[in-house]
Amino acid sequence: MSEKDIEQAEMLVEVKNLHKEFNGNVILGDINLSVKKGEVVVVIGPSGCGKSTFLRCLNGLEKIQGGTIAVDGLYVEPDKKDITKIRQKIGMVFQSYELFPHKTVLDNVILAPVMVQKRDKKDATKEALELLEKVGLADKKDYYPRQLSGGQKQRVAIVRALLMHPEVLLFDEVTAALDPEMVHEVLQTMLELAKSGSTMIIVTHEMAFAKAVADRVVFFDGGEIVEESSDVKNFFENPSTERAKRFLKTFAYE
Amino acid sequence: MHNLGIDVLFKGTNMIRLLKGLWVSVEISLIAVLISIVLGLVMGILMTSKSKVIRFILRVYLEVVRIMPQMVLLFIVYFGTTRVFGLNISAEASAIIVFVFWGTAEMGDLVRGSIKSIPKIQYDSAYALGMDKIQVYTAIILPQTIRRLIPLSINLVTRMIKTTSLVMMIGIVEVLKVAQQIIEANRKASPNAAFGVFAVVFLLYFVVCRTISGFAVKLEKRWT
Repeated sequence: MSEKDIEQAEMLVEVKNLHKEFNGNVILGDINLSVKKGEVVVVIGPSGCGKSTFLRCLNGLEKIQGGTIAVDGLYVEPDKKDITKIRQKIGMVFQSYELFPHKTVLDNVILAPVMVQKRDKKDATKEALELLEKVGLADKKDYYPRQLSGGQKQRVAIVRALLMHPEVLLFDEVTAALDPEMVHEVLQTMLELAKSGSTMIIVTHEMAFAKAVADRVVFFDGGEIVEESSDVKNFFENPSTERAKRFLKTFAYE
Repeated sequence: MHNLGIDVLFKGTNMIRLLKGLWVSVEISLIAVLISIVLGLVMGILMTSKSKVIRFILRVYLEVVRIMPQMVLLFIVYFGTTRVFGLNISAEASAIIVFVFWGTAEMGDLVRGSIKSIPKIQYDSAYALGMDKIQVYTAIILPQTIRRLIPLSINLVTRMIKTTSLVMMIGIVEVLKVAQQIIEANRKASPNAAFGVFAVVFLLYFVVCRTISGFAVKLEKRWT
């Protein structure tokens, strides 16, 4: 990488004073967040608190009205010409998988590496098969997405993001649309990724998973960061803010 | 049993003439359909454009095409232009122009609907992989659009084939005109020919349209 917009020490993702409005409604107030290389940040919060929007801002799928977002030293701006370059550094996995229905599993996975990164097709295929093997889906390479279960689709979507060799991975409630028995297989895959040192920002409602995977927890409410903690265990047992307490209570049964 | 008059078709070269007439109909509609598909794709993409002006102009064009009977369009292009602009457009060319004018508008509207039916998050998912706008359209959106279009456009294609029966009004000898000629020529010998010959014409249209929709069903099954 030659020119950078900002010089920075070790922060891979640096969000400063991010402000996002939509039709006059403030979605995100004033967000500041930095993520180190190799760090796993879990974002939790009630529905509609802006956490998914936040994630979409990070790779320029949403326009922002104030502040800056930098990934690997480059500013993320949706209308910038090199936004496609920046997006290649950011893998994103969606709640609804969003595989391309007209392409097979293998074609879904190697499409962008070949088309966007101009990688050799054979080379990309070889790596794709290795990754699919890892998530137990190598035998499904010629299937179409509609022939797969939700959990399988989501694992393919993860492989698709990984094959671009991104610097950071964004997960937007990736298990929210899955049947309970499929949630586990996807979370297991993500847990392994976290262990292998990937930088990840995860939006989730799976609290047990959050506890297990997070290096840091960020609690969103009403478009702002209400609480942030690197002592993950302590956060879940004894959050310091009233709002976080109330939110965590909604997951407990007595 | 009554004489249905089908025997007329086995006299001389009558059946071959009828089939040649059918080919004229099919040829005009196929050429028009192919051009309409290409232009319709462009028009459909433009109809989803952000510019209100472009959308308005195309909307007006579509409404004009829908309101005007195809026969009037045929007369305007074939008879009208000769006098006013001094153009001498052949009947076949006039027919193709009118069918393309019609087909592009209708196809454009179908393409617009198909593009709109693809969820926005499919674009997001492609953009998130670092694709640029052209790559997103050519690799993700248009292939899916075309698959959704097949069943919709088949209806239009068969309508166009059926509507080619109008082109005999500007002097093109297509299947219906040939049928009339055969009936006229044999009026004395077999007065019942009208029934048999037109029934065969009906069957020919049926076979052509059925073949096309069968082909479409196959494509649809393979793709969805």
